[in-house]
Amino acid sequence: MLSRRIIPCLDVQEGRVVKGVNFINLRDSGDPVELAARYDAMGADELVFLDITASHERREMVVEMAAMVADAVFIPFTVGGGIRTTADFKRILRAGADKIAINTVAVEHPEIISDAAEKFGSQCVVVAIDPRMVGRYPDGSPHWEVFVHGGRTPTGLDAVEWAEQVEKLGAGEILLTSMDRDGTQAGYDLELTKAVSNCVSIPVIASGGAGTPQHCYDVVTEGCADAALIASMVHDGHYTISEIKQYLLDRGVPIRILHEGN
Amino acid sequence: MIAIVDYGMANLRSVERALLRAGGDPCITSDPELIGNADSVVLPGVGAFCACATNLKDSGLEEAVKFAMDSGKPFLGICVGMQMLFEESTEMGITPGLSRFDGRVIRFYENSAAPPNIKIPHIGWNILQPARQSRLLEGVPAGSQVYFVHSYYAVPSDSQLVSAVSDHGESFCCAVERENISATQFHPEKSGSVGLKILQNFVNWRS
Repeated sequence: MLSRRIIPCLDVQEGRVVKGVNFINLRDSGDPVELAARYDAMGADELVFLDITASHERREMVVEMAAMVADAVFIPFTVGGGIRTTADFKRILRAGADKIAINTVAVEHPEIISDAAEKFGSQCVVVAIDPRMVGRYPDGSPHWEVFVHGGRTPTGLDAVEWAEQVEKLGAGEILLTSMDRDGTQAGYDLELTKAVSNCVSIPVIASGGAGTPQHCYDVVTEGCADAALIASMVHDGHYTISEIKQYLLDRGVPIRILHEGN
Repeated sequence: MIAIVDYGMANLRSVERALLRAGGDPCITSDPELIGNADSVVLPGVGAFCACATNLKDSGLEEAVKFAMDSGKPFLGICVGMQMLFEESTEMGITPGLSRFDGRVIRFYENSAAPPNIKIPHIGWNILQPARQSRLLEGVPAGSQVYFVHSYYAVPSDSQLVSAVSDHGESFCCAVERENISATQFHPEKSGSVGLKILQNFVNWRS
């Protein structure tokens, strides 16, 4: 049976991890390679690096970072943030990343999804969707609108319809971040996650709001997510990945547990 | 030297680095002579079956790959590199493979509706269930999980070929082995320490 995945997300700027990852004995270390290796050893199933570097020239650094991470860890990792073209895909994939997450560019130029899927395979095309609840439809169901540019710009797109659209275009996975919950540690938006997950046949990675192992449990059960993206709750050292995984395992969720002696 | 066949597909550097970590001396190459002289050969592959099969043919490396398999040297196919060892795939019409083994490559739930909780592609970690003794999977602890990314899988005509299965709503063959030829549907290069153990077995495999 396929395991539910626990995926730490690291914010990267100019090739360094930012927004404080505070492991014991590793305070303020921003070395993506060291952190990737650490999370790998702790049982992370994948890693996501979100590049928040603003300037264009510095994009070289994300390619360099991908190459160094790929040298050090042998689990899949995704790079996202600021990708504009299939040439960007090619460079970062060649450097050793397994998947590329696109967001704004997918809304502005949806054909990049099918272009990239055709050139590199659907398996490496992750479409990130950042919805915010903006009201309710006449039938009472929630209306989640897709936002881009880091949640600043409304698009007029309905999140569930956009999810169906990106699947049709050839996306291999959806990274769904609730703008209402992001940064709150108050729990994932289960209703949103369930609505999106149940309308597509590709895997959905839930993001935004994780604060406790219970939140992770809720989103992979009630929320029907295939994977749970986590950030502060592990970066701050409040929980370890193995604590989260053990919590899920104890409640009957299929999870990958590392074997001793490997 | 372990030749990693470069026919214009796949993230070959991951395979190269993982083999290096496993103690091997990998070399990414599209030179048929180098593939001919290698001690062992790895055929990776990601993306669509027909794109891989077409690229392999167009690159002029199909003969070198077949020759390597016939030569008796250790051979490892990964993902679509495993699927191509079979007769044909149903992905995007019927595309012929290398026909090294009898059987075809089909989609998950090709002839029936997938249950609502089963997502396709099959992406993530799943349990490797050994079907019999295998040189490639020797020493891999029971219950180990490996990383998959695929929608199609091979169905060997001869069940004796199957060295491991996994389960995604339906049970499927995820590794085969016969004489010098082994292949995995999962990605050992992305399967953490379990994957490195499997690659170590391949590195230490002497013809």
